[in-house]
Amino acid sequence: MSSLLARARAAAPPVVFLLPMLLVFGLFSWWPIVRSFVMSVQQTNLVTDPVFVGLDNFRAVLDDPLLATAVQNTLWFALLALVIGYPVPLVLAVIMSDLRRARGLYSLLAYLPVVVPPAVAVLLWRFFYDAEPTGVFNSVLGWVGLGPVPWLEDPSWAMPSLVIEATWAAAGGTVIIYLAALVSVPPELYDAAEVDGAGVLSKVWHVTLPHLRGIMLITLILQIIGTSQVFLEPYLFTDGGPDNATLTVLLLVYDYAFANTTGGDYGKATALSLMLAGALALMSVVYFRVTRRWSE
Amino acid sequence: MRIHHRRLSALATIASLAAVSVLAAACGSSDDDNESSGKVTITVEGWRPGDEQGTIDAVNKQAEAFMKENPDIVVKPVEWEWNAETFATQLAGGQLPTTFRVPFTDTKGLAERQQIADVTDDVNALPYAEDFNPSVLAAAQGTDGKIYGLPTDVYGVGLHYNRDLFEQAGLDPDQPPTTWDEVEADAKAIADKTDAAGYVQMSTNNTGGWMLTTLTYALGGRMENEDGTEASIDNDATKQGLEMLQTMRWVDDSMGSNTNFEWGTINEAFAAGKIGMYMSGSDVYNALVTTNQVDPDSYGLAALPLSDSPDAGILGGGSVAAVSAKASPAEQEAAVKWNDFYRERKNYDPDAAVADAEVLKASDQPIGTPTLPIFDQDTWQQVQDAIKPYVNVPRDQMTSFTDGVFDQQLVPEPAAHTQEVYGILDSVVQKVLTDENADIDSLLADANDKAQALLG
Repeated sequence: MSSLLARARAAAPPVVFLLPMLLVFGLFSWWPIVRSFVMSVQQTNLVTDPVFVGLDNFRAVLDDPLLATAVQNTLWFALLALVIGYPVPLVLAVIMSDLRRARGLYSLLAYLPVVVPPAVAVLLWRFFYDAEPTGVFNSVLGWVGLGPVPWLEDPSWAMPSLVIEATWAAAGGTVIIYLAALVSVPPELYDAAEVDGAGVLSKVWHVTLPHLRGIMLITLILQIIGTSQVFLEPYLFTDGGPDNATLTVLLLVYDYAFANTTGGDYGKATALSLMLAGALALMSVVYFRVTRRWSE
Repeated sequence: MRIHHRRLSALATIASLAAVSVLAAACGSSDDDNESSGKVTITVEGWRPGDEQGTIDAVNKQAEAFMKENPDIVVKPVEWEWNAETFATQLAGGQLPTTFRVPFTDTKGLAERQQIADVTDDVNALPYAEDFNPSVLAAAQGTDGKIYGLPTDVYGVGLHYNRDLFEQAGLDPDQPPTTWDEVEADAKAIADKTDAAGYVQMSTNNTGGWMLTTLTYALGGRMENEDGTEASIDNDATKQGLEMLQTMRWVDDSMGSNTNFEWGTINEAFAAGKIGMYMSGSDVYNALVTTNQVDPDSYGLAALPLSDSPDAGILGGGSVAAVSAKASPAEQEAAVKWNDFYRERKNYDPDAAVADAEVLKASDQPIGTPTLPIFDQDTWQQVQDAIKPYVNVPRDQMTSFTDGVFDQQLVPEPAAHTQEVYGILDSVVQKVLTDENADIDSLLADANDKAQALLG
């Protein structure tokens, strides 16, 4: 039996063994991408024969007044996520790496939200965000004489509320990346810094951060790409409301495709998806060009 | 060695080809071969996600009875609920039941896009085809005049209220409000004296527009002209309705702090005793019982208050049992037969209504929830009389509605781009409910422009 396998291995070209992987990857990753290019120049409802419409879909998207709202909201989400969400895992990781005891426990606690299924997490947080004074967060705020806060019920509060939940949900993964990177910082450097009279903050500033720079640049671009595609939170929490205050680009894509009850506009949806993908690809290239020198 | 190599390559090629064909088969539509065995198999909308076991049992029992009557047809009820967001992809992916119900508002659009089947001949073969109330049948017809399904239930919007909360607020639960001023006053009383919101209105997933349209009709306005060519969203009635909401939300503080509600979530909150009053279809009691386990004693249904305007009326709608465009002619015929058996005959034939009530009674399902006539009012009355001994819903807590509704003008939903117009109105309702300083005039002018752009 094993000799048969060995002979098969010797005889068959490598591509045969790659084939299943190529098939699955091609079918479920590349075929949809190719299809979306095709659909972006078609008018189709997936049942009747599609009609070629050239660049009409792209024009229709650019003419949609909601596009500006969606882009603004997405940028606003990305900015808030950067301000609130980006430092949190870094601070957590630096603190945790300094702990001598029960580090595993803290890693577990930090990572646990990542394990909770996102839809479940959102349902949970909807309870927390109940706008009545009896809601979970509002009760807590009430103890110290604050609130009640209209978490998801106010156009200006809704987006920060989404960012807080998204940060809670995603921070754990980034913490693990930072923790791994922190291990590579030679302990002698801290000892030397201590001898030079450096306190905790200046150790972080002069030793830790320079070592994490490469990783931080990667997590930053990953976060920007991730937040530009935010969909789950606005879809499940607010459905883009109130009054489109949390309508993001990806939610607009979804709305084009699925929200219209008599069959979606898949052409417009794929056109906007491609535009988003193009913008993100362009931004990534520029980002790596600009930061190449820093990360070396 | 050379020979081995060739043979093995050939084997590997065959193996990978087999893998491809398996994948291709998995992706391709699985064409039914059930007609070759002489039997037609159809899947049908059975129960909503989350429905109690009794509902499921009742449908399955009916399916068995149907198959006895039609030995050539196999019926498989499945869990399904109309959801605009998944409909088109389910249809494209062959995952839809063969037959399912869609709202009145969507039939024409679906027919135009050839997403549901033309069943004119199958419907015309039914004994009561000539007897439909023409305005009801119109909801099942496409713009081409063909018939795309059976209109199986018709509702008028009513005011649903929680009798317990009325009592706790010192109000008489047998005297529900009859004017909008009274709605406002009662809502304030409930909000002041209980933990619940006095009056709540849906606001998301197009239900905000649906209910703002209802409120507009009740105050004598319209959202579109009859042909659906002109938008009239910036009318006085809509403005008056929004101003009332603004007062209740921000001055009286009687609408609670949570405003993000749609059909399902508002039912849930009402059944949980968190809402004093809300507007919804007159038949929503069924869902409140089977999905949300509402306490029947606490439930009350009132006729929607109407203004003095001669145009004031209640919004009426309903469902059409349509058939998937992908169904074969034999499946279409079977689907219409099933809809006749399970959904329509009981609206026409008193004996069938009694048989249906027997099954519902055996599984402890609600019987006697108010509906409106699909045929003429005599037929409706005969059916109501026939099932009277079986009625198990608290009809005496619904008398305000059942006594009043036939004096109210039933106004159909906006004629063109209904759901899209509702979507535009969602934003308006949300703005008024979440922004204390919302400028109603400019919101309505803006919404009207957007709607007019759709209507062309």
